[in-house]
Amino acid sequence: MSMGGENFMEEKNVSSNHGGIIVAELPIQERLISLDRIGNETSDSEAEQELALETRHLNVYYGDFLAIHDVELPIPARKITAIIGPSGCGKSTLLRALNRMNELVPTARAEGEVIFHGKNIYSPEVDPVEVRRRIGMVFQKPNPFPKSIYENIAWGARINGYQGNMDNLVEQSLRDAALWEEVHDKLDQSGLSLSGGQQQRLCIARAIAVKPDVILMDEPCSALDPIATFKVEELMRELAANYTIVIVTHNMQQAARVSDYTAMMMLNETRSGEMIELDHTDTIFTRPSNKRTEDYVTGRFG
Amino acid sequence: MSKKTQDRASKQVEMPSITSDDFNYDVDKRHRVGGIWRQVFQVSTVIGIIVLSALLFNVLNQTFGLAAVEVEIDPSSLAIEGVPLENLTQEQLIGILEEHVSKGLFRRFESEQPLVERDREEVYELVLERVVEPKVVRTWSLTDSILRRDEVEEERAEKYPESSLDFFSWIDPSFVSSPQSSDPLRAGVRTAILGSLWTIAITILFSFPIGVGAAIYLEEYAGDTFINRLIQTNINNLAGVPSIIYGILGLAIFVRVLEPITSGAAFGLLEDPTTANGRTILSAGLTLGLLILPLIIINAQEAIKAVPNSLRQASFGLGGTKWQTVWSHVLPNAIPGILTGTILAISRAIGETAPLVVVGASTFITFDPDGPFSKFTTLPIQIFQWTARPQAEFRNIAAAAIIVLLVLLLSLNASAVFLRNRFRRHAL
Repeated sequence: MSMGGENFMEEKNVSSNHGGIIVAELPIQERLISLDRIGNETSDSEAEQELALETRHLNVYYGDFLAIHDVELPIPARKITAIIGPSGCGKSTLLRALNRMNELVPTARAEGEVIFHGKNIYSPEVDPVEVRRRIGMVFQKPNPFPKSIYENIAWGARINGYQGNMDNLVEQSLRDAALWEEVHDKLDQSGLSLSGGQQQRLCIARAIAVKPDVILMDEPCSALDPIATFKVEELMRELAANYTIVIVTHNMQQAARVSDYTAMMMLNETRSGEMIELDHTDTIFTRPSNKRTEDYVTGRFG
Repeated sequence: MSKKTQDRASKQVEMPSITSDDFNYDVDKRHRVGGIWRQVFQVSTVIGIIVLSALLFNVLNQTFGLAAVEVEIDPSSLAIEGVPLENLTQEQLIGILEEHVSKGLFRRFESEQPLVERDREEVYELVLERVVEPKVVRTWSLTDSILRRDEVEEERAEKYPESSLDFFSWIDPSFVSSPQSSDPLRAGVRTAILGSLWTIAITILFSFPIGVGAAIYLEEYAGDTFINRLIQTNINNLAGVPSIIYGILGLAIFVRVLEPITSGAAFGLLEDPTTANGRTILSAGLTLGLLILPLIIINAQEAIKAVPNSLRQASFGLGGTKWQTVWSHVLPNAIPGILTGTILAISRAIGETAPLVVVGASTFITFDPDGPFSKFTTLPIQIFQWTARPQAEFRNIAAAAIIVLLVLLLSLNASAVFLRNRFRRHAL
């Protein structure tokens, strides 16, 4: 689409004026390509990485308060991108800005663009309901509907006008979420009767049942024990073959284990969240270019 | 560093020297204070229970008891050729009736339904009612009847030598199924029960959808603007407005301004539109609806607020619209709470008297209400009117009517609770 991507990239240097941040001064597209070259020898590094989502100069306000400032985050398709950073730095706000969930907070307001399939999802003609169907979400606390397991999956598909065989869809979604074996004989039981980890996988199954392009996960494992966490992480790796996943996590080991790319967020001097580094996950955790990233990932947080 | 460690070590050594008194410091006093408060709360509960029991006892005391009954004609004198009254044939009973009642009344009976076509039982009842004509001259309470039976008997023999002493249960099936009457022995509450049911049905139909709709709007759609806050404050205040004021409002709006509608004239239901009268069940139901509307709104709002936000987010996250979210997730989870609030509001409406007096409930009608445009009376109005009568027997039937009202209230509540529990189970 004619979004004027090149011009955008050139202007980038002007806007990021915080010193010492090396990657931020490179045009993003170029950066990812170059990172591919460094990080992954075997991959087809010359091919331009296909982007599922891309934020451009994204600012989010709560009332007058600038919560995140000028975030430029490209999200490659069918990869897992992790957003890490200390508490209150705007990770979740950024994530929720990606499918307009922020609008449920009455005072929230976004500026800038989020490009999805060549279109800015914040442009007036775009319906947030459609955006949210295509960019699904999994929440921090498992929140299955207080309905049957079957109905949990079927509801989203039904309201989105799904015409096919509902039984097949429910089964397929549960299989994709690695939950079918555990629940196939109790589909009519309440979703709330499952364990926490199963509930979270039910929520993931529910999200993929409406066939989104992107799944946003807001600390999906923070309420789960290590075994359930492991299962959800395993599931995320499997889903990455077909879906683009963006995950916010406090758990750096988790980011290191599951993600392909990692974005590091920090608060700036005016207490607004900023993305200070974006790179291959390997690089972020082994040779970060930013001193603050290095301090954070090595536990010497300053 | 090492000094600190030493300090800590020395403290640990001192630990065992703490005596058991140190542990018990103040504990007795705290327990005492706690115990006193516990008793205060217990006493409050007991007082409440005592007051309620006293009320119930008082009502029951009036409803049952001995009564001295005088008859116009002794039934034994009506026996024909040694056959007592209760064994006479229908023809003989009709003969007795014709002989003893006025010609006009007899013709009225015949024109209602020819006596020969009626049941024998019915004719027998008519003879008892009109010929024997029992009259209660004195009633005693249940406690007097049981504990002071002898004194009661003495008093009757002394003051009402003609009378006989009977044990009366003022509430019985015929009390519930008979229409209003000026004779306390024949008066019933059928008219009032039907009036109450019709009124409450209109109240529910009017206030439940509007109240829940308003609550959904205020909770799910309305923004936090000045006007919406003003509306919210006003709703909260309206819930505390005295009911008589709603009565005056109902009189002004429903009875007077909307008379063509509330009287049914606008729908062509009246033969003579000039007799249009807005004092109907519809006006009463709408007035009571207005009265409980704020209660329903507030309770429904609380119920909707209690639905966890995570459910709304989950729904929106799947591409649900506002309406789909409200309909599929918010309402099913809020409905038990909404029903609880509605039950409370309806209970209040059933017992309301003041606004209906203003709106114009009839104090004496003997025909059943047959629709929203009928004149009506309700149980509380009936009770109020009976207690205002000078004759003692009316207080007995007022007590009986109170029991009917309580039973009606409890059964309506029970069905609402049943409905609520069904919804709750449905929502899993």
